[in-house]
Amino acid sequence: MAALESPPPGTPSAMRHAFGSVLSALILLLIGVLAFSIRLFSVIKYESVIHEFDPYFNYRVTQFLSKNGIYEFWNWFDDRTWYPLGRVIGGTVYPGLTLTAGTIWWVLNSLNIPLSVETVCVFTAPVFSAFASWATYLLTKEVKGSGAGLAAAALLAMVPSYISRSVAGSYDNEAVAIFALIFTFYLYIKTLNTGSLFYATLNAIAYFYMVCSWGGYTFIINLIPMHVLLCIVTGRYSPRLYIAYAPLVVLGTLLAALVPVVGFNAVLTSEHFASFLVFIIIHVIALVYYIKGILSPKMFKVAVTLVVSIGLVVCFIVVAVLVALVASSPTKGWSGRSLSLLDPTYASKYIPIIASVSEHQPPTWPSYFMDINVLAFLVPAGIVACFSPLSDASSFVVLYIVMSVYFSGVMVRLMLVLAPAACIMSGIALSQAFDVFTASIKYHLSGSSNSKDDAEDKTSTNNASKDDGSAGKTDKGEESAKERSSRKGKKKEREPADKPSVKSKIVKKKALVLPFEASIVALLLLIMLGAFYVIHCVWAAAEAYSAPSIVLTSQSRDGLHVFDDFRESYAWLSHNTDVDDKVASWWDYGYQTTAMANRTVIVDNNTWNNTHIATVGTAMSSPEKAAWEIFNSLDVKYVLVVFGGLIGYPSDDINKFLWMVRIGGGVFPHIKEADYLRDGQYRIDSEATPTMLNCLMYKLSYYRFVETDGKGFDRVRRTEIGKKNFKLTHFDEVFTSHHWMVRIYKLKPQKNRIRGRAKKLKLKTSSSKSAKKNPWI
Amino acid sequence: MKKSSVVDLLLLLLTIAVLATPAFSDLVLSKVERRIDVTSQFARVTKTLKVVNSGSESVSEFTLTFPKFLGDNLAYLSVAQSEGKGKSKRHLVILSVEAANPKGKPDSISFYSVALPKPLNKGDTLTLEVVAAFTNVLQPFPEKISQADIHLVMLQESAQYLSPYAVESQSFSIKLPSARIESYTNLENTKVQGSEIKYGPYKNLPQYSYSPIVVHFESKAAFAVAEKLVREIEVSHWGNVQVTEHYNIVHRGAQLKGEFSRLEFQARPNPRGISAFKHLLARLPPRAHSIYYRDDIGNISTSQMQSDSKKTELLIEPRFPLFGGWKTFFTIGYGLPLSDFLFASEGKRFLDISFGSPMLNLVTEKLIVQVVLPEGSKDISVITPFAVTQSQEIKYSHLDIAGRPVVVLEKNNVVPDHNQNIQVYYKFSNINLLSEPLMLISGFFVLFITCIIYTRADFSISKSSPAYLAKLQWDEVLATLQEVQSIIQKCLATHDKLEASLRDLSRTGDIQICKAARKSTDSLLKDLSKELKPLLAFLQSSPSASQIYLKVEELVAKEKELQEKLMAKHTTVVEGYEKKSSGRDIENRIASQQQKIITLKQEVEDLLEFIDEI
Repeated sequence: MAALESPPPGTPSAMRHAFGSVLSALILLLIGVLAFSIRLFSVIKYESVIHEFDPYFNYRVTQFLSKNGIYEFWNWFDDRTWYPLGRVIGGTVYPGLTLTAGTIWWVLNSLNIPLSVETVCVFTAPVFSAFASWATYLLTKEVKGSGAGLAAAALLAMVPSYISRSVAGSYDNEAVAIFALIFTFYLYIKTLNTGSLFYATLNAIAYFYMVCSWGGYTFIINLIPMHVLLCIVTGRYSPRLYIAYAPLVVLGTLLAALVPVVGFNAVLTSEHFASFLVFIIIHVIALVYYIKGILSPKMFKVAVTLVVSIGLVVCFIVVAVLVALVASSPTKGWSGRSLSLLDPTYASKYIPIIASVSEHQPPTWPSYFMDINVLAFLVPAGIVACFSPLSDASSFVVLYIVMSVYFSGVMVRLMLVLAPAACIMSGIALSQAFDVFTASIKYHLSGSSNSKDDAEDKTSTNNASKDDGSAGKTDKGEESAKERSSRKGKKKEREPADKPSVKSKIVKKKALVLPFEASIVALLLLIMLGAFYVIHCVWAAAEAYSAPSIVLTSQSRDGLHVFDDFRESYAWLSHNTDVDDKVASWWDYGYQTTAMANRTVIVDNNTWNNTHIATVGTAMSSPEKAAWEIFNSLDVKYVLVVFGGLIGYPSDDINKFLWMVRIGGGVFPHIKEADYLRDGQYRIDSEATPTMLNCLMYKLSYYRFVETDGKGFDRVRRTEIGKKNFKLTHFDEVFTSHHWMVRIYKLKPQKNRIRGRAKKLKLKTSSSKSAKKNPWI
Repeated sequence: MKKSSVVDLLLLLLTIAVLATPAFSDLVLSKVERRIDVTSQFARVTKTLKVVNSGSESVSEFTLTFPKFLGDNLAYLSVAQSEGKGKSKRHLVILSVEAANPKGKPDSISFYSVALPKPLNKGDTLTLEVVAAFTNVLQPFPEKISQADIHLVMLQESAQYLSPYAVESQSFSIKLPSARIESYTNLENTKVQGSEIKYGPYKNLPQYSYSPIVVHFESKAAFAVAEKLVREIEVSHWGNVQVTEHYNIVHRGAQLKGEFSRLEFQARPNPRGISAFKHLLARLPPRAHSIYYRDDIGNISTSQMQSDSKKTELLIEPRFPLFGGWKTFFTIGYGLPLSDFLFASEGKRFLDISFGSPMLNLVTEKLIVQVVLPEGSKDISVITPFAVTQSQEIKYSHLDIAGRPVVVLEKNNVVPDHNQNIQVYYKFSNINLLSEPLMLISGFFVLFITCIIYTRADFSISKSSPAYLAKLQWDEVLATLQEVQSIIQKCLATHDKLEASLRDLSRTGDIQICKAARKSTDSLLKDLSKELKPLLAFLQSSPSASQIYLKVEELVAKEKELQEKLMAKHTTVVEGYEKKSSGRDIENRIASQQQKIITLKQEVEDLLEFIDEI
């Protein structure tokens, strides 16, 4: 920018420019540092470790990538999961995150900076959140000037909703995807403002990166067409819009089809149809504008009636064919997750496996306050600011916030998409408010210093004049941007439009000057609001979102108590079982078992095969013998259950058990949910149904539990267990972790039924016993 | 296993009896004291041998023998000659020992020959102190136990000293970990005193006398064996020696059979599972810092550290209790102050650091010590007190170019007796220390230079392309704008002067000064407007400035108007003073003008600001 303007050095305005750009660069740098460092609470409070479930899978994939290279990665067939089916990792995973971290690792190592893959993975998310806040700056700057950009970037750097997904260690797709999302939007707006094909191409590439990173790319490919449509409907069509949209669809779709996990879905599934439809519409509109330019108005009218009547017929036929095609497929061409977005009740009705994930539930009101805090109040103000005046860019962010508010209302997880929009809006609101307040304060101060002599009669007139100034300033940035864009687009059509807007501004400006005291107070209140937001964010980052969930801590009177049971038992599995043993557990623990214990699992968190999960669910809800048979048929050696009853860890398998029953029952009808409920209530005390008390999950969880305190008091369910003393007939307890949170059982080998041999065996043991007495003779 | 060992014993006896043993010189052991300590997981044998040369020739070699099943498990052997009388004055000289292979050697006996420092003449005596450590000689029996069982092991030895020389007097004692003894071989002169068994003394034993004994007893020692231990010692001349140790630990005691019940393990007051070990104690050098303890999947939070000026003790608890046959893996790392371990001698530096693991009572089956020296070290040599396999590697670490030389030392079957210091000598010049910081500095320097060049230089490919020309033109326009701005600023400053003169007038009433000021401003403003003209003309002619020109025009017009108003005001005021009208009267007259002036001033400022932002 400095080079572009190259003012003669020494002039005050040049100094101001240089100072301003250096200052904003410094602020941006600090925002980046803030975004990075606020996410390090998890490392400082806990340790540098991968968090939760999915990150472990990504970590494992990255390890594979860094060890075997990119070609092996594309062809990777993973036989350590979904036994005996296996999983084609290369073709079913969004590779963006893994490739990003793999590349970072490779670059660092080729510079001889020996960071481990784990370290790189842990810190990928914080680094990318710094990038994301810079991208937010760029996007907001395109919409409402750099002041708003800085405010939005600062807000995004610490918005709790995003922190929850990007603390150090939460190595998940969202970590890089949010950056990709914002950056794609920025490039789209940039193209829209400049009409430059260069940015349009970059936009397609950014979109490609987004497709690589996250399934949420469908949000982009639906939101942008919607915005284009909105522009067309409101009469804002321009060649810049065409340049922003058409290359994105063509290049973007081609690139998206390169990602194995998307492939032909990029043209086949309903999620992408909107973009194609709008692609057609924008061409029609472009054609109409072109024809309008060469025909006389009268001729044009005739042509319109002619084309519209023919066009309607053709459209009708095409639509009918499309509808028929789409309707013929069972899910109407939509994936389950997308359907549950359109119809929030869909998942709970048809796909228990999607509904069973807590992050797919609709959020509660407090969670809005928790996740975006004061932004929720600033957003409406930001929307209002976007309407004065409404430009292409500001209409886009308005559309973005509206859509994301809807989606976040359907799934907690998508709160993440809302967060950047809320930050942008609040940034705009804050910056506009600051502009107004500081301008009125400045006016009052300069007004009073200017005229000590005649203070009384001047104020009213001064008001009017100053008003022009203060409000003129707020809109200047935007105005100049507009001017530049129109110049570059070689269009002067804006000129007439500018004039009335200037007049309207003058009218508005008058209302914008506030009394001195009021603006001081309002400014202080805004600063307090900001301070409250910062405090909340730091608290959320430190307390709420930093726990890695594989290691739990509790603060008791005698200090910090650490519950490291998960890793204890995974370490036990990895060192003390055979490499090829199969471990069965509920799917939540699949990724962790393969990554930490390096053992083959039956099902994992990639819930691609419902039947397989239902089989495990059925086994867990069957009586011991039936379960043993199911597990044995799956070649399972060990069964792992998570049990929180001893120390009161609520998200254990008993609390998840109903989902196992539901998912199992969905495929195997002999498992009926009603059998496990007493009068519709889920209980494990003496009132529980016999089916419940005899199922494998109950037995494995509570085996010998009664002996700990004599009563068998379950601290999670706050009740004494129903069936207390029982023996396992088909399973051996081989390991229980320190706080009993993880219990591992081994399937007993099949019994030998030959009687004679059994006797012999007995004889042998007795003889060796006698030998034990005195072995040395 | 047990059967086979008994067979071994029988075979051994047979071979000894049958074979014509090789003839050795006429040494006689006048007194042999043997003590064997089995309180830990390995057997540590100390012997005091009094040797007398009863032959006619002087002897310069002494031969030690062990039964083969012991000799195969020999981990450590050192022989020292003690000189002087009395325990306190004893001065030990370590002698060199090597495995010998004399002719006609029976398979069941291992021979080691000790070179005496000076030949032993006829009739002379000599006292030798022998220390030997054997691993794997405590056999768990039974081999598999359940969680509730106690851990029993057995030891085979010979009650009489197996030697190629005749022994005049021999005593033998076994120190057991506890008084709980399942069984032991009872020979004549056998005594049990608490946890100690004593055999002998036996007098006048012939060569190769052997009487096998077996002791079966309870052991509470941790049978912790490191299957593989890699110690990486990285020397940094910035003041730190970083030690990283990777342990593959296995419990080599009796294997666990059946279930592992956490309930029973944690039961109070009678926990079951005493055969498992929960802790390992590492005794680190004093002033060790930045200690960590982790494994592949993260930090292990169960460890305690105590440190004082003499030592640092680290009590580590593996993730899970280790039962017989269970394995685990972990890494510990710590930093040590360089000054405690690095010394200089004869133009060389040498690192003096312990060879073995700091863990107490840990047997290491395969120990690899990697000493990573700083980049640029030369002339590397290693001195070890015992034989090890040596090799060299190169390791690339932080910002290395040539890589760091790594001395790799390998040794199998390491017991705590091997925890002696090794010395690594090398040459290193201090200038190398600065290479990496300098590299970083120059890297950033180059980066910034590139940035500066990039922003200053003109990289456009075609100098005649319309975009390039437009850019050039635009630059020109901006430059002109700057000038216009500065002129307007000057105008405004002149206005201020005029206003100031008016204020002076109201204070002093001196009309002449005021008029003079007016004159000078008039001429100044004229000059400025002259300067402005060519600039405006340029802006008007430039196509890329068409938008801006409107604004500039507006600005200039506004400024003109402002000027006029000011002049008018000035005239009014001066006239007022000349006519000596009252101050209030003048004020009333200029009030309307004043308002307009303020409005105009504001507008001009706004326009300036707007242009500023372009």
